[in-house]
Amino acid sequence: MEVIHPRNLEEALAAVADGMTPLAGGTDLMVEVNYGQKRPERVVALRRLADIADFSPTRIGAGVRWRRIEKEGPRALAQAARTVGSPQIRNAGTIGGNVATASPAGDGLPFLAAVDASIELTSGSGSRLLRWDEYFVGVKQTARRSDELVTAIVLADDLPERQEFAKVGVRNAMVISTVCCVVTRREDGATTVALGSVAPTPMRARRAEEMISSERSPSEATLAEFARLVSEEVAPITDHRSTEEYRRHAAGVLARRLLERCLRREAA
Amino acid sequence: MKISLTINGREVSADVEPRTLLVHFLREDQGLTGTHIGCETSYCGACTVLVDGKTVKSCTMFAVQADGASITTVEGLADNGQLHPVQEGFWERHGLQCGYCTPGMIMSAVGLLQEKQSPSEDEIRHAIEGNLCRCTGYHNIVRAIEYAAAKMRGEEPPPPDWEEEEVSV
Ligand SMILES: Cc1cc2nc3c(=O)[nH]c(=O)nc-3n(C[C@H](O)[C@H](O)[C@H](O)COP(=O)(O)OP(=O)(O)OC[C@H]3O[C@@H](n4cnc5c(N)ncnc54)[C@H](O)[C@@H]3O)c2cc1C
Ligand code: FES
Ligand code: FES
Repeated sequence: MEVIHPRNLEEALAAVADGMTPLAGGTDLMVEVNYGQKRPERVVALRRLADIADFSPTRIGAGVRWRRIEKEGPRALAQAARTVGSPQIRNAGTIGGNVATASPAGDGLPFLAAVDASIELTSGSGSRLLRWDEYFVGVKQTARRSDELVTAIVLADDLPERQEFAKVGVRNAMVISTVCCVVTRREDGATTVALGSVAPTPMRARRAEEMISSERSPSEATLAEFARLVSEEVAPITDHRSTEEYRRHAAGVLARRLLERCLRREAA
Repeated sequence: MKISLTINGREVSADVEPRTLLVHFLREDQGLTGTHIGCETSYCGACTVLVDGKTVKSCTMFAVQADGASITTVEGLADNGQLHPVQEGFWERHGLQCGYCTPGMIMSAVGLLQEKQSPSEDEIRHAIEGNLCRCTGYHNIVRAIEYAAAKMRGEEPPPPDWEEEEVSV
């Protein structure tokens, strides 16, 4: 096996163009290596590549670790960051690794869907921006070409004022989501609802969004209808972590709870 | 592949096979067997060490990725035979039974106390969420970390639970 440490982005891009496997925090990749599921022969280590670790309100470099995002990221993404693995995982794992792995259960991904973020992909011939729904195409499938690196997450400069993340799992700590969800809401009522672990890719519950966006102070019945719509729109499967029925139920409960948190913050 | 790094304050240069995990390098090449291996899949936390001051699971890193880094293992905590306050806390408050998880647990506690001088019980439990213990039920580990936090702030540690219980009987 060969491991190289590129000094800058150009060297890193040349390495991936040459077929080398990117390694960031290793918290997804090394688990597969240790289980013998992957045996990368040639690895390009990105851990110390400052070129992709930039951080601003509208741009989060792929190499930024969860540890930093939990302190400095936008509210709902910071909340998600706090639930990724454990301190040791957050000290190593990056948002770029989460986005590149594109697991349906990736906790960073619903936020990207909720705020219509774009993924910046860069190769030797330049960069392109793909909106999240163009980038995520299936279970662990993305539109990234093998000669490209994820270089950043690009955010709008007017993120919604209220944004909340939560997840449901089988235990409190170090747990992969059974369902995870982000709800955002603007002053004028415009609401987005994004969910993870309930479809092959992160998804938006558009009908529920449309219904609730025109409601300024939703009644109990409206909130119940909102939860019902979310449960109806998600497309979960039964697997080793949970059942389809439970995921549908939990998606509705979670989305409603987060909406209520947004509404309480609106009132406060 | 040649690497140079600092381990417990000592400069080390070595020639390592790129596939070697950091934890194997520490245990087998460097003889630092204080860092344990429980699962090798990033779950148990027994292999926790500090890399550039931050806790990571050393089974999740190739040794060559630590080139240029500064590593602290449990062996690097005691100062001239004087136990680190966290080690002392585990001793004084019975924060271990079999001891398998202890080095990793101690390193996670050190990582926490570097950032927070007065962590709440919740913060302590959150900080050790990546370390599994099959013996203690965690209770005495939390007390051990509270002991260390007090010591490091220069305060008298809270009395052990068992003394409190005697008083209330
Ligand atoms: C114990 C444990 C608990 C976990 N808990 C959670 C959790 O609660 N929630 C959650 O969402 N995830 C969790 N994970 C998964 C993982 O920590 C995250 O997905 C993390 O964000 C991965 O980032 P990384 O930098 O470690 O990626 P790596 O493992 O380094 O890379 C992951 C994949 O992405 C590729 N890659 C990395 N960077 C780039 C790039 N810039 N461009 C292109 N490809 C790239 C790699 O080749 C690899 O295929 C957990 C993992 C472990 C081991
Ligand atoms: S041996 Fe590294 S986490 Fe278990
Ligand atoms: S003391 Fe035995 S595993 Fe923790």
